[in-house]
Formats: sequence, C-alpha cells, structure tokens
Amino acid sequence: MTTDYKPAVNFNHVNYSIEDAHILKNISESFLEGKITTLVGPSGAGKTTLLKLCNGLLSPDSGEIFIKGKNISSYDPVELRRLVGIALQSAPMINGSVLKNLALPLVLQGKQLAEDEARNLLHDVGLEAEFLHRPIKDLSGGQRQKVSIARTLVNHPQVLLLDEITSSLDRVSQQEIEELIGKINRKHGTTIIWITHNLQQARTVGHYTWVMMNGEVIETGKSELLHSPVNEKVRLFLKGEVE
Amino acid sequence: MSYLHLSIALIFVILPIVLSKTLNLGLEKDTIIAVIRSIVQLLAVGYILKFVFDSENMIYILLMVTIMIFAATQNARKKGIAINGITWKVAVTLVVIEVLTQSILLGFNITPRTAQYIIPISGMVIGNSMVLAILFLNRFTAEIEAHQDETELILSLGGTPKQAIHTQLITSIKASMIPTIESQKTIGLVQLPGMMSGQIIAGANPIQAVQFQLLILFLLITTASVTSAMLGYLSYPSLFNQRMQLLRRK
Repeated sequence: MTTDYKPAVNFNHVNYSIEDAHILKNISESFLEGKITTLVGPSGAGKTTLLKLCNGLLSPDSGEIFIKGKNISSYDPVELRRLVGIALQSAPMINGSVLKNLALPLVLQGKQLAEDEARNLLHDVGLEAEFLHRPIKDLSGGQRQKVSIARTLVNHPQVLLLDEITSSLDRVSQQEIEELIGKINRKHGTTIIWITHNLQQARTVGHYTWVMMNGEVIETGKSELLHSPVNEKVRLFLKGEVE
Repeated sequence: MSYLHLSIALIFVILPIVLSKTLNLGLEKDTIIAVIRSIVQLLAVGYILKFVFDSENMIYILLMVTIMIFAATQNARKKGIAINGITWKVAVTLVVIEVLTQSILLGFNITPRTAQYIIPISGMVIGNSMVLAILFLNRFTAEIEAHQDETELILSLGGTPKQAIHTQLITSIKASMIPTIESQKTIGLVQLPGMMSGQIIAGANPIQAVQFQLLILFLLITTASVTSAMLGYLSYPSLFNQRMQLLRRK
C-alpha cells in the first residue's frame, strides 16, 4: 500500500497453519496508522486469524508482525492486548450484569469502572443507561454486540480490531456503530481494522480495503477499489460469484 | 467365614448375570471378569498384606504405598490426557496427600506406626484422592471446552491465563468436592460406612469403630480439598503457552 502514512501494523512474510491447513500464506502488508481499513473476502479466507495475530491471541508460524514499529514478540502479551483491542464476532460475555461486563477490562487490572463512565460508554454505543444493571442473558444479539464494542473501548486501545461487529444489528444500529467507530477514529486517531461481509459498509466506512481469499491478500488499496477492482477474482467475489 | 460360605455367597453374582441375560443388558462378560479380578486381586493383596504385617519392615510398607500411588496415577491420568504432563501432576498430588496425611497421623501419634494401620489408611486416602482427581479432570476438561470463548475473551482484554481460567477452575474444584461433602452429611443416617461396618462385623467395639471412621472422614475432607486444588493449580498453566495463548486442543 503506497502512502505517506506510517504503518501501525506491519506484516512481513507471515504464515500461519493449523496442522496441514495453511490459513495465512506469506502475508506482507501494512495497516496504516490512524486509518480505517476494512477486510473483506469469502468465509475461510483467514480474516479472523489475521486479527487474532494482531492481538497476540495467536502467533505466526513464520514471519514477523510489527505493532507501532516494535516486533510483536517483544511486547508483553498483556501490554499488547491492551494496546490492540479486539471485539470478537461471537461477542462472548461473562455471566452477570452489563456493568460487570463493561468493568471487566479494568477489574483484570485490579481497578473499578465508575458507573458514570459505564453510562457514557453505553450512550456512545447507542444503549440506554437503564441497561447497566440488566443481566447479560436478557440482551438481544445486537445489544450484546454493542456491549462488546463498549467493553473493548474501556482499555482505550490504539489499534482497534473489529470482527463482523454489525452482522447481527439492524440497519439503524449498524449506522450508529459506523458513526461511533468513525468518531473514535477521528477523535483519538485510533487505527481500525474492520472485518465485514457488508461490501457497502466496506466502501463507506473504510479508508482502505484488503481483499483476502484462501489465506492470501489478493488486492489492497483505497476503499474505492471495491468499485473497480483490478484482480479478476475480486471482481467475481464482488459480483457474488465466490462464496 | 470359611471358603465354603464365601463360595455360597457367589449366588449374589449369579443373580445379576441371569438378570443381564434376561434383559439383554450384555453385561454378563464384564460381570464375570469383574468378579474374577476382584477375587484374584483381593486374595493376592490379602496374602501380601499378611506377609508385610508379619515382617514389620518399613521398606515393604513404602513399596506397597508406591504401588498404590503408581496404580492410582495410571488410572486418573486417562481423564486428563489433553493436559501436558498430567501423569507427574497427578503423581505429585497423590504423594503430597499421602505425606501430608501420614505425617499428621504418625507425627501426633493418632495411629500406631505399624503396617496394619499405615497401609489400609494409605489405601483409603490414595483411592479417594484418585477418584477426586478423576472427577476434577473430567469436569475441568469439559469446562475448558465449553467456555473457550470466555477464556479467549479475558485473554484478549489483557487478562492473565490465571484470570482467564479462574471461573472454570473454581467450578471444577467445587464440583469435584461436592460428592465427598454431601455423602458425609448423611453418613450414619443412610448407610454405615464400609470400614466401620467391617470393624463391627469383625467384633470391634462400635464406639471404637465410629472413632476410626470419624478419623477417616476427616482425612477424606482434607484429601478432597487438597487433591482438587493442587491438581487444578498444577494443571491450568499447561493449557497456555509463554505468550499467554490458549493452546489449541487436538
């Protein structure tokens, strides 16, 4: 990706396999600092694995990953995961209230989350304050996803990884989240890497886009590339001819 | 009891075999094998114990206890095969339990320092610890599998492996201890414990039999808590690597 911006996350010949299956093949690309990059591609392309490598939940078999210019293996894993936050697609929750879930990142550090701060977080993701003491099991899929995003923001990550966070939301909630992520990006200069299956969303929210297939990044560039891709496989994917 | 009387008692074995055949349970072969094994094993142990008791040699006592720990380890480890180094973790737990309980019993002169006391009590402690280890490992393995997303969530938010596995660990420790605690609540009301019954049948004073049974119950509570907690805290680090990543289960 040619640009004047610094890379926030840099992949250098990264490979990742599970047993005999090559999930990621020789990835050498960069996510630019302060930009929103969307990741699109068919299921099984290796997008989620790529995010988990950035957050240190997985390590590459070979190759190097640099976060803010520092080799990922030099980071303390806890420090890395607070610097690079991830909102997972399944939005896993711990038993208890919404407040308990929002407070989790701070509780893990031996701190508490003030109720006012928790209310502000809920407001940011479009949930009413009354949700704060509601049991997490009473929330809908979309509401859980919003709590998951708010919880990830508690650590104030400099790089934010989003895995299909709006897939279970209605159109209004999707727009609220898109606006929220845009606001976080503009206000704090947070680098955002966002997996989405919604191509319209990828076109509108992202500054840049990576198209992945079969563990490879086959086309990168400004999100406009989704209007006129160079690669034939990408063209077929955008037409819906590659699942 | 003579061997003739014991042979007549085999009626109790014939009955379940007939029942299994009638109801097509398919348990006849297993029942016969179980009976033959128990006859051979217990008779062999009886003669070995007689030899050890007569010799009063500490080496033989240690050898017996070592064999018990080895056999119990082999049995319990099967339930935690996915945990790296589970064999030595179970073995260390059993050794610690045995040393802890015998040190207190012998150190305070609660029981005499003879094979007649050391070996049966060691058998009960190690056997109970083995069952606890199996219960714990069974539950812990299931909890890890069922709550993999939550473990990964806590890691992803900057939690340590200990924080990530805490709920599953505590749930498994509690679950494995519950049968021991619950069975002790109704003891004497629902059933008379085996050891106490045996002593009474052998002609011992019931009060003395109760005293010994209480001693064993106290030991078993310690055994339950120490086994589960120790095995839990020895096992969980093996589920993660140095980069604090949850190791994928094969």
